[in-house]
Amino acid sequence: MPDQVGLELIATQLGDAIPGSVLETEFFRDQASLHVDPASVRAVLGLLRDQHGYRALMSVHGVDYYPHEPRLGVHYQLLDMSKVDRIAVKLRVPLAEAVVESVTDDWPTANHQEREVYDMFGVEFEGHPDLRRILMPEDYEGHPQRRDFPIGGEPVLFTHNDATSPGWTR
Amino acid sequence: MSAKADYRRMEDSITLSPLEEQIAAQRSGPVSAELLTLNIGPHHPATHGVLRLLVTLEAEVVRDIRPIIGYVHTGIEKTAEDKAYWKVIPVIERMDYLSYYFNAMAFCGAVETLFECEVPKRAQYLRVIHLELNRIMSHLVWLGTSALDLGAMSMFWYCFREREMILDLFEQSSGQRMHTRYFQVGGVIEDIPVGFAEKVREFIAIMPGRVDQYNDLLMRNEILLQRLRHTCPLDEQSLLALGVTGPLLRAAGNPWDLRKAAPYSSYEDFNFKIPVGTVGDNYDRYAVRVAEMKESVKIIEQALDGLPEGPHITTDRKIALPPRHELATSMEALIHHFKLVTEGFRPPPGEVYFPIESPRGELGCFVRSDGSAKPARVHMRDPSFVNLQATGPMTRGSYIADLIATLAMLDPILGGIDR
Repeated sequence: MPDQVGLELIATQLGDAIPGSVLETEFFRDQASLHVDPASVRAVLGLLRDQHGYRALMSVHGVDYYPHEPRLGVHYQLLDMSKVDRIAVKLRVPLAEAVVESVTDDWPTANHQEREVYDMFGVEFEGHPDLRRILMPEDYEGHPQRRDFPIGGEPVLFTHNDATSPGWTR
Repeated sequence: MSAKADYRRMEDSITLSPLEEQIAAQRSGPVSAELLTLNIGPHHPATHGVLRLLVTLEAEVVRDIRPIIGYVHTGIEKTAEDKAYWKVIPVIERMDYLSYYFNAMAFCGAVETLFECEVPKRAQYLRVIHLELNRIMSHLVWLGTSALDLGAMSMFWYCFREREMILDLFEQSSGQRMHTRYFQVGGVIEDIPVGFAEKVREFIAIMPGRVDQYNDLLMRNEILLQRLRHTCPLDEQSLLALGVTGPLLRAAGNPWDLRKAAPYSSYEDFNFKIPVGTVGDNYDRYAVRVAEMKESVKIIEQALDGLPEGPHITTDRKIALPPRHELATSMEALIHHFKLVTEGFRPPPGEVYFPIESPRGELGCFVRSDGSAKPARVHMRDPSFVNLQATGPMTRGSYIADLIATLAMLDPILGGIDR
């Protein structure tokens, strides 16, 4: 992990390269995170890869910050394999315009992971080559990992209620 | 509308032959061979679980492949948000059902990071012993079923014979054969019982010889060698771009292993090697995993030799239950016990990501705590889920028989993919 000073340095450099891109830095439990402006996420990730050596995108997480606004969050876990160094890039988008630029062109590994975030939270990834649901059925309604989506919110389907229950067999 | 039409409508967006026009355009003359779209799975023994593949074939050559997943999606991450932290461990273990100790380790590690909780050395060593036994067990299931796919039936029985010994060990230490709930936040639930260490030593004395036997059986088999050697290689750069980790990446020559690179749970105390391949074909993927089993045996032996004395779980009463005997004499212990059992502990608010090296690659657990007794978000970065994206690049342009071999060498666990 970069230490706190290193994180601030990276944040300053990113802020100089793309004004307004870094909103906040967070250093929690020895893990460094950059909170970035959703509009500049692809550029920030590109800079971190090309100038700071974070060449591997290990994971993309979706988070719902309900009841806080903006509600939805997308986290990118970057890794520098030569220095064994990790940094997280986090962004928040409101529910009404949950659109983030896709990084699948830069990082093919993000393909499945962005689809999962789209499926579970409803964040649209602009420019994703194949943005479909991945774990839930194609015609499922709603995004089940949102905090206001109830557990047991889906009726169990039997032959007798198959035609009437809303959702995925209609 | 007929049931069949409904079924097709559900999959409107899946184009069955996306490459038809592309391939036709590439040819100068008229299309000579017909493209055939073949559905494999979801229920097919060679897919190692409920994985569905839509394969576009030109004669016997794979032109395109699309994995379709979600058939065993059970919403474990959603379930976890509705449970106290310590009750999440049993459901988390059921994600990747062949590496349950790893799932528990990733989750417990993340929560311990939130707490900044120190895990006693003995607990760390006990964890390593179980993690490495689990790694051998997972690789044995992989080896048995993969060899079965490649036509070597007897391997399955031999591998499951050894797997049974490991499951017996798990049963001895925790009472369960699978999904043991042995790892707890702060340590392990119980110290190992009398006689466990001796049983493990018996096992690790046998295991290296057995690994040699597997190699003797398989590596002189002409059919198997022809199906593995030089089939479906993928270079290191493509693998890294696809986020592939674990034995698949090591087979391509990159010695990336979190146990060495960023040691957790005292892995820095042990002396072991990282097996790597050279070209990243199916043979390398096979060889790397088989060699890993022997390295795991070495780690277990060192952990048993150096097993320190001390508590098996943290003594922080806000995290771990007090010992049973204290409840009879200490009011404070009784209160702690009551609070932990009824409500659970409350980690400080924050977000952490805890990656470990599972048998299939980087298994990372992301936990967000909002300060309550239940996690606000649990997300597993499952290696199978990410590695599955490599099926296309690996198999395009190869024979369909090699696709089956590659899928076996990929070792996807659908429980982990779908969660």
